[in-house]
Amino acid sequence: MRHTKFRIAANRIFQGIIIFLSFIIIVPLFLIILHIVVNGISAINWQFLVSLPAPMGEKDGGIANAIVGTFIIIIISSILAIPVGVLSGIFLYEYKNSKLSEVIRMCVEVLMGVPSIVLGIIAYLWIVLSFGSFSALSGSIALSIMMLPVIIRTTEETLCLIPDTLREASLALGVPYYRTILKVIVPAGFSGILTGILLSITRIAGETAPLLFTSFGNPYMNLNIFKPTETLPHLIYVYATSPYKQWHNAAWGASFILVVFVLGLNFITKILVRR
Amino acid sequence: MTGNKSTQKQDAFAVKEKIFRGILYSAAIIVLFLVLGFLITLTIHSQLSIKEYGFGFVFGKVWKPTKNELGALPFIVGTFYTSFFALLLSIPFSLSIAIFLGEYFKEGAISTFLKSSVELLAGMPSIIYGFWGIFMLVPIVQKIQIALGIAPYGVGIFTSSIILTIMILPYSASIGREVIQLVPDDLKEAAYSLGATRFEVIRKVIIPYARSGIFAGIILSLGRALGETMAVMMLIGNLNKIPKGIFSPANTMASLIANDFAETTEELYLSAIIEIGLILFLITMIINLIGRMIIKKTSVT
Repeated sequence: MRHTKFRIAANRIFQGIIIFLSFIIIVPLFLIILHIVVNGISAINWQFLVSLPAPMGEKDGGIANAIVGTFIIIIISSILAIPVGVLSGIFLYEYKNSKLSEVIRMCVEVLMGVPSIVLGIIAYLWIVLSFGSFSALSGSIALSIMMLPVIIRTTEETLCLIPDTLREASLALGVPYYRTILKVIVPAGFSGILTGILLSITRIAGETAPLLFTSFGNPYMNLNIFKPTETLPHLIYVYATSPYKQWHNAAWGASFILVVFVLGLNFITKILVRR
Repeated sequence: MTGNKSTQKQDAFAVKEKIFRGILYSAAIIVLFLVLGFLITLTIHSQLSIKEYGFGFVFGKVWKPTKNELGALPFIVGTFYTSFFALLLSIPFSLSIAIFLGEYFKEGAISTFLKSSVELLAGMPSIIYGFWGIFMLVPIVQKIQIALGIAPYGVGIFTSSIILTIMILPYSASIGREVIQLVPDDLKEAAYSLGATRFEVIRKVIIPYARSGIFAGIILSLGRALGETMAVMMLIGNLNKIPKGIFSPANTMASLIANDFAETTEELYLSAIIEIGLILFLITMIINLIGRMIIKKTSVT
């Protein structure tokens, strides 16, 4: 009798512990969001979004250069990563069981786990050294390599979910193989592929480490992809580690914008996944 | 005439088909070359340091660039110290979340709320963790240190491990949830029918069944912790010495690279940093492949 009571009590206690430990993680999440919202909103106004950083000591500086730079780098990375990623995904679907596919899949795993700072070194050695200057392009190359495995994997997974009957129906009508893939299979998996692309962008949007010595930073507005370019995460890093109160405030404002952007993108992706 | 035309058309299709397959192949080859290219580039550029220090580089305890005395041990120790500490701290929480979402509350509002929170934590950029850590965590750690009577640096292994714990939690939690959901219902029901409580089912059926998957999730989150740069770099104190204790400032491989790579023009020094990048790349590669292998094995059986 007592034994049963003991077991029931143990069960209750265990459930309590599980619930408690699970919900503790809400605390740091809540604190982080609270800090960014409270400190961030007070720093943000129209001026902040559209003007360039002010020299130390002057008021009314902004982060326009970093916002523009972040978008430039995301766009170039996407242009580089999407074609290679989607085509490699199609390759893995098309040649499911070939030896090369096995090797490529392993490479995708490796790419998925490469520390982003190592990609920074690579992009530095490949691009910055060859061009002789920090540039938006080198940063974009580092980030596009981070996007690749996500795009490849989701493309492959999506295409594998499409029923074979669809492909067979198209082939039976005499449609050549490449057209079947391009006009039947890929459109059928379009939303899945798009989700993968969005996921890969959320993966890189807040990435800082590979940009430290590739796109570097720039206090001015720069649209030339062969020149150093400021980005939001890099600006946050520089301002956050500076000793100036005014810069800390700007960093909070920039953090707020970055978090809204990244989490917003996450949210959109999630809605797409549900559909 | 018409027959001729149709064979012409077929030839055209055959050519296009070949081109298409060629494009697919080249995309895949690019991926392969990227990975090979990493290895080759990193190895070539660390030649200078490899020749100078040989295998002893990994065991060198001193890092003094001014005296050309370069050993990677402080950073290797720093990296594993922070990562394993973070891993240890994260296991109770990630396991709880996995059990909570995979067994207790599989669906419903509470589960959606917790799941979204975990996703938000996973999506938060690393720079934000670092920034928040500087202004929120460091003062708290300083208070703890003052209370314990240690020098109140605020930054160090302890602080960065705490941030790492929060950052890697979502990965092992979500993999754990997936494998726990894969436990067959009839196994659980068999245990219940014998009069087992839920706790006993979890402890004696679910955990043993999902053990290797949970382990793989933990390994993969270790891979993330080892390579994490920004948050650690901002909170670890950047001291190039073998850490003496849990509160001591240190440096990890990733944070050293981030700090010093662009700072130096000296060739040997640069080459040594690149060698550290190579070591980091190899370690994370091995850990990731092991984790993936375990996952693949468990999902097959």
